[in-house]
Amino acid sequence: MFDFTVVTNWIDALLLSFLPGWAATLVECVLVALAIITLYAVFAIILIYMERKICAFFQCRLGPNRVGKWGSIQVLADVLKMLTKEIIDMKNVDRLLHKMAPFLVIVASMLTFACLPWNKGAEVLDFNIGIFFFLAAGSIGVVGILLAGWSSNNKYALIGAMRSGAQIISYEVSIGLVMLTMIVLTGTMSFSEICQQQADLGWNIFRGHVPAVLAFIIYLIAGNAECNRGPFDMPEAESELTAGYHVEYSGMHFGFYYLAEYLNLFICAGIASTIFLGGWAPFHVLGLDGFNHVMDYIPGAVWMIGKTFFVVFLLMWIRWTFPRLRIDQLLALEWKYLMPMSLVLLVLMAVCVSLGLTL
Amino acid sequence: MEVKKRAKIKSFPYEEFKDNETYEKLVQELNANGANVIVTQLDNLIDWGRSNSLWPLTFATSCCGIEFMAVCAARYDIARFGFEVTRNSPRQADVILVSGTITTKMAPVLKRLYDQMADPKYVVAVGGCAISGGPFTKSYHVLKGVDKIIPVDVYVPGCPPRPESFLYGMMQLQRKVKVEQFFGTTNKKQKEPKE
Amino acid sequence: MTLDNIKTLEPSQLRAEMQGLKAKGFDYLSNLIGMDWGEEGGLGVVYCVENTATHEQAWLKTATTDRQQPVLPTVSDLWDIANIYEREAYDFYGIIFAGHPDMRRIFLREDWVGYPMRKDDKPEEQNPLRMDNEPLADDTTQYELQADGTVTTKKNVVFGPEDYVVNIGPQHPSTHGVLHFRVALDGEIIRKIDPVLGYIHRGVEKLNESYTYPQTLALTDRLDYLAAMQSRHALCMCIEKAMEIEVSERVQVVRTILDELQRIDSHILFFSCLCQDMGATTAFLYGFRDREKILDIFEETCGGRLIINYNTIGGLMADIHPNFQKRVKEFIPYMRKNIKEYHALFTGNVIFQNRSKGIGPLTKEQAVSFGCTGGTGRAAGWANDVRKNHPYAAYDKVDFNQVLRESGDSFDRYMIRLDEILESLNIIEQLIDNIPEGSYKEKTKPIIKVPEGTYYQAVESSRGEFGVFLESKGDKSPYRLHYRSTGLPLVAAMDTACKGFKIADLVTIGGTMDYIVPDIDR
Repeated sequence: MFDFTVVTNWIDALLLSFLPGWAATLVECVLVALAIITLYAVFAIILIYMERKICAFFQCRLGPNRVGKWGSIQVLADVLKMLTKEIIDMKNVDRLLHKMAPFLVIVASMLTFACLPWNKGAEVLDFNIGIFFFLAAGSIGVVGILLAGWSSNNKYALIGAMRSGAQIISYEVSIGLVMLTMIVLTGTMSFSEICQQQADLGWNIFRGHVPAVLAFIIYLIAGNAECNRGPFDMPEAESELTAGYHVEYSGMHFGFYYLAEYLNLFICAGIASTIFLGGWAPFHVLGLDGFNHVMDYIPGAVWMIGKTFFVVFLLMWIRWTFPRLRIDQLLALEWKYLMPMSLVLLVLMAVCVSLGLTL
Repeated sequence: MEVKKRAKIKSFPYEEFKDNETYEKLVQELNANGANVIVTQLDNLIDWGRSNSLWPLTFATSCCGIEFMAVCAARYDIARFGFEVTRNSPRQADVILVSGTITTKMAPVLKRLYDQMADPKYVVAVGGCAISGGPFTKSYHVLKGVDKIIPVDVYVPGCPPRPESFLYGMMQLQRKVKVEQFFGTTNKKQKEPKE
Repeated sequence: MTLDNIKTLEPSQLRAEMQGLKAKGFDYLSNLIGMDWGEEGGLGVVYCVENTATHEQAWLKTATTDRQQPVLPTVSDLWDIANIYEREAYDFYGIIFAGHPDMRRIFLREDWVGYPMRKDDKPEEQNPLRMDNEPLADDTTQYELQADGTVTTKKNVVFGPEDYVVNIGPQHPSTHGVLHFRVALDGEIIRKIDPVLGYIHRGVEKLNESYTYPQTLALTDRLDYLAAMQSRHALCMCIEKAMEIEVSERVQVVRTILDELQRIDSHILFFSCLCQDMGATTAFLYGFRDREKILDIFEETCGGRLIINYNTIGGLMADIHPNFQKRVKEFIPYMRKNIKEYHALFTGNVIFQNRSKGIGPLTKEQAVSFGCTGGTGRAAGWANDVRKNHPYAAYDKVDFNQVLRESGDSFDRYMIRLDEILESLNIIEQLIDNIPEGSYKEKTKPIIKVPEGTYYQAVESSRGEFGVFLESKGDKSPYRLHYRSTGLPLVAAMDTACKGFKIADLVTIGGTMDYIVPDIDR
């Protein structure tokens, strides 16, 4: 397996050869930040294109096909348009909060994006409480949404934001519990160690068998709700609240919400693939050494991104099939079903681990 | 120096558009002052982006709205042009397709919707009612053409227009967007309202 | 049907007579039509009440010659729907209904001057285009007629200062057009709905009075554009019966087939829009995919997709296309197969079931009192199908079921429509091979003049009873041509159906009620 630390160490050594220590660190930070922002933008464009095409195929349509080959640069046109679109200043809004809200959302989204382990040795934010940090950083996003609803001075936005607040905070409970379940299995909160463990011992979803599979399903449902995507797109609920909390945002401010929605989907899928499906760890079958050897030739980043897109596809499939839930049903689903189930799972997993019943 | 811009629409030859005279006049007007080469290139890029990403506001008052839904649906599929992202909030939309009769009670609402949209914004008057009042032009409660209250970019006649004419109208709008200038002229069409 | 036995009543006798009728089982007020009979006849109202058990109709009229302050007694306490009908008459004719709790304009702006449907009113001169925001009052007036003949007023509150009022519409994706609900909310729960109509009020009834009969036909298609065939059918039939034109068997059968195709078209669109409103976008596109097949048939035979303009006085515009039968026969099995797909994709979905079962129920009594005909009434168990109760065209020759359900909630209203698609397919199947030979159009005079009299014709349109009320003075244009809107009662019932449910349910209930706004506003 290719270890990305070779590359980072080489860059580090190169920079240190002609720069003092602090300057080298600064340059590295800038480089990493640039890389993250670029990746963020690229993935957003890919995801939006993917969503439009996939939903078109689900709906017996063609989807974008006139800008570039198969409409492949359609999203670039959208981005250009969005960048040059007017950002409307409104009277009677809380200006500071109104302008700050989209940035909070995008910052939260980028912070969590930086947690994803791309390859062996290619983690940006990696420390021993990685999952804890991820959950904490992810929670900032909801502040942005609540502020957007509150500062817009619009009843639709306010209702949308309140719904969103209730929804995200509720579903974070399940996500946290499900992640705890997996931490019980792995015994570590660091993303890099979780991946390394899975590369050595097999994917968590196989190791943890029944509780892990159930946890994976709960994670997908709760994660979908965290991203505010259908069938949980209550805060936006187009047919009820026109555009929900971002109804008053135009231009790139709206663009931030739009980007964050897709990136949150990607992050949610990325975390799912990290803690359940092995992250960058290749697929191994016990006893088939030849097969395993071939699998090892595929780079870790490809595995990671491939798995993530697989989960993204699953989530899109759900989005384009189901009708929307109602807010009380949504909260009932969480507090009456998912949360008790995740508590039981946590106990079950603890029992499995302590009795050595994991594979 | 006069810069002659001619918008190209994919798989639709220039000669096959119906009213090229009006169009050329428009091009002349827009480019009367000329512009330098770099700015023109940048303009082209931005216009390309804008013309391929005209997100419509979901706005329909009557029959034409159903035909608009048909345009969005599988057979005609407006998504091919990248226009399927219909926005429900006027702040996020680029083009308002006024499809259906506008009554005098609705007129202030339409005007307000138009004012709420962010620049650059475009208006397409779809169907006889929006163009002139159509079959209801003699009525006491019908606005005789939306161009009385908001500036219209493209007129799509019909009662209701067929989905093909919707698409043709949208392509005409694309042609118009493609010759606009972002730099050098004012980007904002509407004056700031007086307090 | 010629109405030569309309019972004329003095305003003072009206309430006693109406109470008597209500007690006798005439529990469905199908029409309440404002009228202006000029200086001598005065301003008045024509009522039509129907016995839902025997389908017997009673027509009454009353009038007052006071044009300054015309006061008539209200019947809004007897039939719920009279509330909104009387507001319509007040709006257009300025007739004040004493005892009505809510005498506000409903279609026109509150600052509108004059009453446009009066024969001597000049609406355009008094009402320039107003571009300021529309005033919406939070209180309303109730007029009471005292024993000495004077009229006193009383203020009633629509929304109090403590109500959190959200405007849903007129520009809102799930109101299916430009409908405006003022909704008082308590958190997510709906306390009260006040519909504000008229954003697409095009003055069709007033226009009719200046148009010749063939011209009036063109406007019917544009009322309820998803019942274009049936609305036009009703008007043609009404004029034909008034002029005693006998149309051929062929025309009857073709009209029936096309009416049913139109019904399927409308119900598919209902399905699509409901799915869209509830967030299932894919199902929306599946519905539209199938709808295109019907539009293909329409286009080939009639030339239009949505606005079809096919029926005409004395028959049809043109004979059916040679491919018509083949295409329709291909369509029947195709649609039957796809209905199964709809059920698999959407009906069985647990989210949809939870969101629609028990949501927004209307009891049978409420449905009758509000006059909610069509699928909405039948979902509550009210057998109101005009095709069965007052057969017309070729409906007495075919065998079909009137689909009824019990609970009247959103799920039943939804299922009724999907089942009706299957029933319509059955009707078409019985007729499509048996289109008799004959002429497609009877010869009519170049200028059509309807003999003096009053006529009424109802058809079962896609969403209920669509009625045409025609009063002629023997001229080439009608003296009064009123349409019984299918959607107005449905909107009137929204407050009752939605109260206590959540704001998300408003979308479900509105979607399953299935109203079309231009038909409400006319």
